[in-house]
Amino acid sequence: MQAKIAKYTGYFSLDFLKSIKKIYYACIINLGFYGYLCREIFKHNTMKILVCISNVPDTTSKINFTEGDTKFDTNGVQFVINPNDEFGLTRAMWFKEKQGAAVHVATVGDASVEPTMRKALAIGADEAIRINTVPTDGFFVARQLAEVVKNGGYDLVIAGRESIDYNGGMVPGIMASLLGMNFVNTCIGLEVEGNKATALREIDGGKEKLEANLPLVIGGQKGLVEESDLRIPNMRGIMMARKKALNVVEPIDAPSQTNDQKFEKPAAKGPVKLVDADNVGELVNLLHNEAKAI
Amino acid sequence: MKPDLFEAPDYYQLDDLLSEEHILVRDAARQWVKRDISPIIEDYAQKAEFPKQIINGLAEIGAFGPYIPETYGGAGLDQISYGLIMQEIERGDSGVRSTASVQSSLVMYPIFAYGTEEQRKKYLPKLASGEWMGCFGLTEPNHGSNPGGMETKYKDMGDHYLLNGAKLWISNSPFADVAVVWAKNEEGRIHGLIVERGMEGFSTPETHNKWSLRASATGELIFDDVKVPKENLLPNKSGLGAPLGCLDSARYGISWGAIGAAMDCYDTALRYAKERIQFGKPIAAFQLQQKKLAEMITEITKAQLLAFRLGQLKNEGKATTAQISMAKRNNVDMALKIAREARQVLGGMGITGEYSIMRHMMNLESVITYEGTHDIHLLITGADITGHPAFK
Repeated sequence: MQAKIAKYTGYFSLDFLKSIKKIYYACIINLGFYGYLCREIFKHNTMKILVCISNVPDTTSKINFTEGDTKFDTNGVQFVINPNDEFGLTRAMWFKEKQGAAVHVATVGDASVEPTMRKALAIGADEAIRINTVPTDGFFVARQLAEVVKNGGYDLVIAGRESIDYNGGMVPGIMASLLGMNFVNTCIGLEVEGNKATALREIDGGKEKLEANLPLVIGGQKGLVEESDLRIPNMRGIMMARKKALNVVEPIDAPSQTNDQKFEKPAAKGPVKLVDADNVGELVNLLHNEAKAI
Repeated sequence: MKPDLFEAPDYYQLDDLLSEEHILVRDAARQWVKRDISPIIEDYAQKAEFPKQIINGLAEIGAFGPYIPETYGGAGLDQISYGLIMQEIERGDSGVRSTASVQSSLVMYPIFAYGTEEQRKKYLPKLASGEWMGCFGLTEPNHGSNPGGMETKYKDMGDHYLLNGAKLWISNSPFADVAVVWAKNEEGRIHGLIVERGMEGFSTPETHNKWSLRASATGELIFDDVKVPKENLLPNKSGLGAPLGCLDSARYGISWGAIGAAMDCYDTALRYAKERIQFGKPIAAFQLQQKKLAEMITEITKAQLLAFRLGQLKNEGKATTAQISMAKRNNVDMALKIAREARQVLGGMGITGEYSIMRHMMNLESVITYEGTHDIHLLITGADITGHPAFK
């Protein structure tokens, strides 16, 4: 600025140029203030979404157990975002981009789950919360997540209807109950307008359309978005994820209600018996007397 | 083509050596290849056409200059991330990886390392985003393994340089917007010049009828009295060491890329061997097939360790040209042998476009030749350990 003033003093009086400089700075300050105000108002009205994420083995993993078949063997296993949660996260990103929302992700797990959380941040979540404990049962996880929801003042909580590892299917329901929030399970479509959500559920032979007020807990699945809508983190997202907060909070005291006694793998498939298409009698005989299926 | 069921082998749990960000970057590239490359690549290879629609995706996964600083549009990642991205892309196709290697190591790298600040700001962000594509002109019809003998030259005309000559076997040339060209000045010293499409006298005819890298565009660069502005000279390094520095970076990427091609062949052969029943049992149960598969995973694992250690040395700025030569030579040779063995496991099916193996095998015939032939790399190691260069 000083250099510019010096350059033009040949054309204008110095006082005149100084007054222009004052107006220029005043404008900058005002713009900054209004910008701040707008951001604050926007923040206040923006829907706050929490997506609950479970860190699960990739579907192609080889499943083994250790410690007398009481623990899952994580050796060599790759972990991913639970697919049902990923549909929810992608829908949350859609809300963020189309109508404005702050999207946070939360999980219960030790430091080993952080790569999965970082991926969620790279996909576009704004902030991540890791509750620093190893998850035990559904009730325990729901208690931990409910505490995050309570403290964070979320309008919408999206969790997968079940994780694909233990398939408990309990967390979103228990969480809603603990929080006294509305709950829609097995949700395959979700729209939010103002304080009202319209949710679609798959039911036997058709679909059910529901309306519920926020705050709301969703047990989501495929249909919230389709598989082709799922996002691959791009480099820009990965770079931004480096700078986003991954907050670690300590768990609350919440006893588990169940504990694992033993895991068993399905019995190995036996040899196949081929029955001639014309020999229905033999087929019925085998099914009745050998397989005892009929 | 069959659905892409690829599962990456990691026999020595190398993932444990990678950082959280390495895995994130690698998995994103892996997912992208599965989604955007695997379904289309066979068709484009058969048509001998480069799938231009993937350029945006390559840029999005960071395949263009991932190690270039963020200030210039790069991702500021380390060398292991770059290697992992190359591995995943070449798992899809060596031709697509070639496009990314050229853009990163042979175009963006010399502009970043040898260019002025103005050149960096002008070219690098557009090359990183894929808005501009680049190519690299070193090899000539009469000078392959001996690039120092190049005939392409330029003359100082006062307000510009006048460039004359021809380059051959140039990946990306038919569609490149920018070419980093190596030519001798009047004193016979090699310098890099940035030549832009549209400059009068500059043409890029395509090379047809390749049996290899068919999904990648290859061509010539012809300079017939091309007036190159003086500000397009790369000022910060000259001599043969300048283009060879770029090749170090590209060869390093290839040493990782070849692992990707080998993994794909191995994974395909393993799956096929477990499913294919002959003489009443899966062919995977026969000793001769097990020998092939067991040797494949052993060689892949060794190649992974070689590339990973080289990546560490690159990150520390300690990797030598000879070390890079060893990894490029070993890993490409390893991949080509695995492609041939894997093809045998699949029998006649290995010959069809239903499977990726034969495409990889044909691609690798180029990869083992370009960026320093298999023989030349051996002589680089030989010269390094004995002190007697045998190629001069």
